[in-house]
Amino acid sequence: METTAEKKYTAKDFTSDQEVRWCPGCDDYVILRTMQKALPEMGVARENVVFISGIGCSSRFPYYINSYGIHSIHGRAPGIASGVKLANPNLSVWIATGDGDAMAIGGNHFIHVLRRNIDLNIILFNNEIYGLTKGQFSPTSLIGQKTKSSPYGNTQPPFSPGELALGAQARFFARVGGGSPKEMGQIFMEAHQFKGTSLIEVLQNCVIFNDGCFNHITDKEVKDDKQIYLEHGKPMIFGKNRDKGLVLNRLKLETVTIGENGITQEDLLVHNAKEKDPTLHYMLVRLESPLATGVIRSFDDVTLEEREDALTAQVKANSSFTKTDDLFFSGETYEVK
Amino acid sequence: MIADKIKLQPEKLEAVVIRFVGDSGDGMQLTGTQFSDTSAMFGNDIATFPNYPSEIRAPQGSLYGVSGFQVHIGSVEVSTPGDSVDLLVAMNPAALKTNIYALKPGHTLIIDTDSFTKKNLDKAEYTTNPLEDGSLDNFRVIEVDMTSLTKEALKDVAGLDNKTISRSKNMFSLGMVYWMYNRSLEHTIDFFNKKFKSKPSLVEANTKVLNAGYYFAETLELIPNSYTISPAKMEAGTYRIIMGNTATAWGFLAAAEKSGLELFLGSYPITPATDILHELVKHKHFGVKAFQAEDEIAGVTSAIGASFAGDLAITTTSGPGLALKGEAIGLAIMTELPLVVVNVQRGGPSTGLPTKTEQSDLLQAMYGRNGESPVIVIAASTPANCFNFAYEAARLALEHMTPVILLTDGYIANGSAPWKIKTVAEMPPIKNNRITEVKENWHPYDRDEKTLARNWAIPGTPGLEHRIGGLEKDAVTGNISYEPANHETMTNIRAEKIERVKFNIPDIETEFTDAGDLLVIGWGGTYGSLHSAVKQINDEGYKNIGYAHFNYINPMPKNTEAILSKYKKILVCELNSGQFASILKIKHSKFEFLQFNKVQGLPFANDDLIQKFKELV
Repeated sequence: METTAEKKYTAKDFTSDQEVRWCPGCDDYVILRTMQKALPEMGVARENVVFISGIGCSSRFPYYINSYGIHSIHGRAPGIASGVKLANPNLSVWIATGDGDAMAIGGNHFIHVLRRNIDLNIILFNNEIYGLTKGQFSPTSLIGQKTKSSPYGNTQPPFSPGELALGAQARFFARVGGGSPKEMGQIFMEAHQFKGTSLIEVLQNCVIFNDGCFNHITDKEVKDDKQIYLEHGKPMIFGKNRDKGLVLNRLKLETVTIGENGITQEDLLVHNAKEKDPTLHYMLVRLESPLATGVIRSFDDVTLEEREDALTAQVKANSSFTKTDDLFFSGETYEVK
Repeated sequence: MIADKIKLQPEKLEAVVIRFVGDSGDGMQLTGTQFSDTSAMFGNDIATFPNYPSEIRAPQGSLYGVSGFQVHIGSVEVSTPGDSVDLLVAMNPAALKTNIYALKPGHTLIIDTDSFTKKNLDKAEYTTNPLEDGSLDNFRVIEVDMTSLTKEALKDVAGLDNKTISRSKNMFSLGMVYWMYNRSLEHTIDFFNKKFKSKPSLVEANTKVLNAGYYFAETLELIPNSYTISPAKMEAGTYRIIMGNTATAWGFLAAAEKSGLELFLGSYPITPATDILHELVKHKHFGVKAFQAEDEIAGVTSAIGASFAGDLAITTTSGPGLALKGEAIGLAIMTELPLVVVNVQRGGPSTGLPTKTEQSDLLQAMYGRNGESPVIVIAASTPANCFNFAYEAARLALEHMTPVILLTDGYIANGSAPWKIKTVAEMPPIKNNRITEVKENWHPYDRDEKTLARNWAIPGTPGLEHRIGGLEKDAVTGNISYEPANHETMTNIRAEKIERVKFNIPDIETEFTDAGDLLVIGWGGTYGSLHSAVKQINDEGYKNIGYAHFNYINPMPKNTEAILSKYKKILVCELNSGQFASILKIKHSKFEFLQFNKVQGLPFANDDLIQKFKELV
C-alpha cells in the first residue's frame, strides 16, 4: 500500500516543465488539470507517483505530470505498469490510455490487467476515434461513422468499454464526461483509494476528428436529463428537476417519474457499487439513456499483490533456504577429490 | 531369451554412449536421468541429451511418439552426449526403428521382446519382424521378455494395477544396465523413497523391478561380462548434475543476490524455455517475483516496468517469442534500462521444430528490431555454463544500462552435465548505476564517461522525478527531441555504448594451437561437439588446427582480429546457414570465412566435422 506524503503539495508541484501539446479545446486539458489538482489531495509523495502510457494523444499524459513516468509503446502500458507495481507496491501507479490503445492493439493486456486486480488505476480517454494517426475509426466508433478509414461509414460494431471491463472481471468501473472536472476529480480520488485495478472511462471530446460526439449526453443543457450520476448508497435519481429515477422492471432498467403512477423516491433503486454480483452494474453500464456516470462498480476484492505476498510469506516460513548457496548445495551433490 | 551370438569381452572403457528409447509413456527420461545421475556420483564425467516428441502423449507405439534419452559417460572429459551409440535399449518396435541407425555396428542392443507384437510391429511400419528377419545380425542383440519378467517380479506386491505394473518395466532395463556398468542401485532406490514417500507400495514395486533387472543380468549370466568405466579426472570440489535451463535460472538467482536487487521474471510459456520459468517460480523464499503474463509481449513489458522500478528484470522465451518481444526490446534500448532477454533457440522459422535445436536466431537477436537498435548478445555453450552466462548477462545489463540477449538452445537447455557448484561469494562483483543523490542540473540521461551507461533513478527517489519513453531523447536533457543532429548523436551513442562493452568482457582464447593452418570457429551451444572434434583430430596428429569458441557475439572480444590473423584458413561451424559467419564477414571483412552448416534440428555429428576438417588441411 502506498505511503502517505508528509509534505503538502499543490497542483503546481505536479506540473512538469514540458509544454502541453494537445489541440486547443481538447478535453485532455481538463483531465490533466483535474489530475494535477487531485494528486495533492491524495496525499501521496510525488516521488511515489508513476504514470505509464502507451501511444496516442492521451499517452502524452505522463510527460506533463511532474512525477515518474514512461511513455511506452502502443497498447503495452498495462504490462509495464504491472511490472512497476509488482516491483514496488509502495508506488501509486496510473495508466493513461485511449480507446485504440486499450481496446484494439492492447486489448489482450487490457482484459488481463483487469482480471488480475493489481492495485493500479487506468484512465481510459474514450473519444471514439484515432486522433494521433489523424482520424481513423476506433474500436468504440459507431456503426456508420464516417472517418478517414471508413469514408462510406464504419461497418465494425463497437465495444462498450464498461461491458468489456465487467466481462473481464473489473472490480472498479467509473464513467465521467470529459467536461465535468468536479465529478472527475471525485472519481480520481475514489479510484486512488480503491484497492485493486480501477478503470475510469472519460468521455473525451476530440475537437478535430470527432467533435461533438458526446454533446447529446454531456452538453450543459441536456446533461442532467441524459446522464444519471451514480453514488454508492444513494437512490438512482436524475433529471433537471431531480424527479426521474430508475427501477427494475423484470429484467430491465426502466426510467420512471416521481409523482407519476404513484411512484415515490422509495420505489427507486439504491445504488450499491460494492455488490459482488455485477448483474445490475452490467445493466447500468449498458444503459443508453440516461447514460450512467459516476462510480458504477467498486467491489472490494483481494488484490494480486496481497495473494502473492501471502504466498511468499508462507513459502518463506516453510523454507530452509535464505541464501542461494543453500539451494545450490541442497539435494544431491557429490564430492570429487 | 538371448541371442547366442553375444560374445562380450571384459572391457575397460574410457567412455560409452547409451541411449534409452521407448514410447513417450515408457519413462525413458526418468531411466536416462537416473543412470546419468548415478554415473556422475560415481565420478564419471557425463553429458546427456533428451530427445522427445512435441506431442504430450502421442498414440502408443507410434513412430512419432518415441521418446529417448542419451547419456555419454566417461573416465575422461566428456563434452557432448555423443552421436553414435554403444548401447541401445529399445522398449518397442517404433523405438527400435527410429533409433537403430545410431547404434555402432557390433554393439549391444537390449530389446523388450514382449512389445514386439503384430500390432506394435504394424504401428512401427515393419513388414517383417526385425527380431526374425536377420536385419539385426550386425548387432549384439539381447532379447528380454521384460514385460513378463516385470509382472513376475511384482506378483507378490499387493495393491498394484496392471498399468502400474507394466509401467515399471523401464526399471527392469535400468537394473540391467546398472549391472552391465557396475553401478550401485543405491541412488535410484533413494530416489524411489523420496519420490513415493506416501506410496510405500510403489517404492517396493520399483525397487523389486530394479533389482530383478540387475539380478537377471547377473545371476543368469546372460551377459558374460560387465563393462567398467573408471571415475574421470575432474577438478576437486562439490558437484551436482544440472540441466542447462536450471543453470540459467540459478545464474539469475546468484546475480540478484550479488547485486542486492530483487529478481523479476516476466514470462510466457514456450518450448524449450519454460523450464526456466518453472524453476524461478519455486524460489519465492529468495523474494523472486515470477510473473506469468498473458503473452510474450506482456512478459517483456512487465520486465521493463520492473526494471524501471529498480529490479533485476528478465524475460525468457524461444525464437517466436523473441519476434513478439522485438518492439518492447526497442523500448528498453531507447529508455536505456537494464533487461535480460533469454532466448532458448529452437528450429524455425515460424513454429518450426519446437523440441529440436538450432542456432538460427542469431541474426534476429542482433538485428530483429526496427531502427538502429544495438544490444549486447552473448551465448552460453554448455549446460553448466548457462549459469555463468546468465550471471554475466545480468552483470552486463546492470553495468551498461541496456538489454542483453542471452542465447542458449534446446540442446544445452535440456542437456545436463556435472556442475562444480559456485558460491555467490566467488562470483565477480556486479556494479549498477543507481543514484539517489539529487544534484543540480541533473538529467536522466547523464552518463558514465567510460561506459556511457546512463544513471538509473528509480521511482520512490525524491527529487529525481523524470519521464522517459520510446520517443527520441535529447542527448543532454532527456526530453523529447526531433532535432536531426541530435538523433544522429543519440544513434551513435547507443552504438558506442554497446561497442565499449568489449572493455568489460574477457579476451577470446584459442585452444589446441594459437596459430596454424586452420582455425575452427564456433559459438553458443556447439562447444561440446566442436571441441571434441578438434581434440580428436589433434590427437590423430593434426597439430595445426586451432579452435576458438565465441560466447560474446556483440560486441566481440577486442582481440578477435588478432586471433583471426594467425591462421591460414578459418572455418565457421554453425547449426544454421551461416549467420555468425555473415556477422564476421561484416565486422572483419579482410578475412575469408569458410562455412560448415547443418540445419537438421540436431547437434553436429562428429564424423561430419572430422571429414570437413581433413578436407581443409
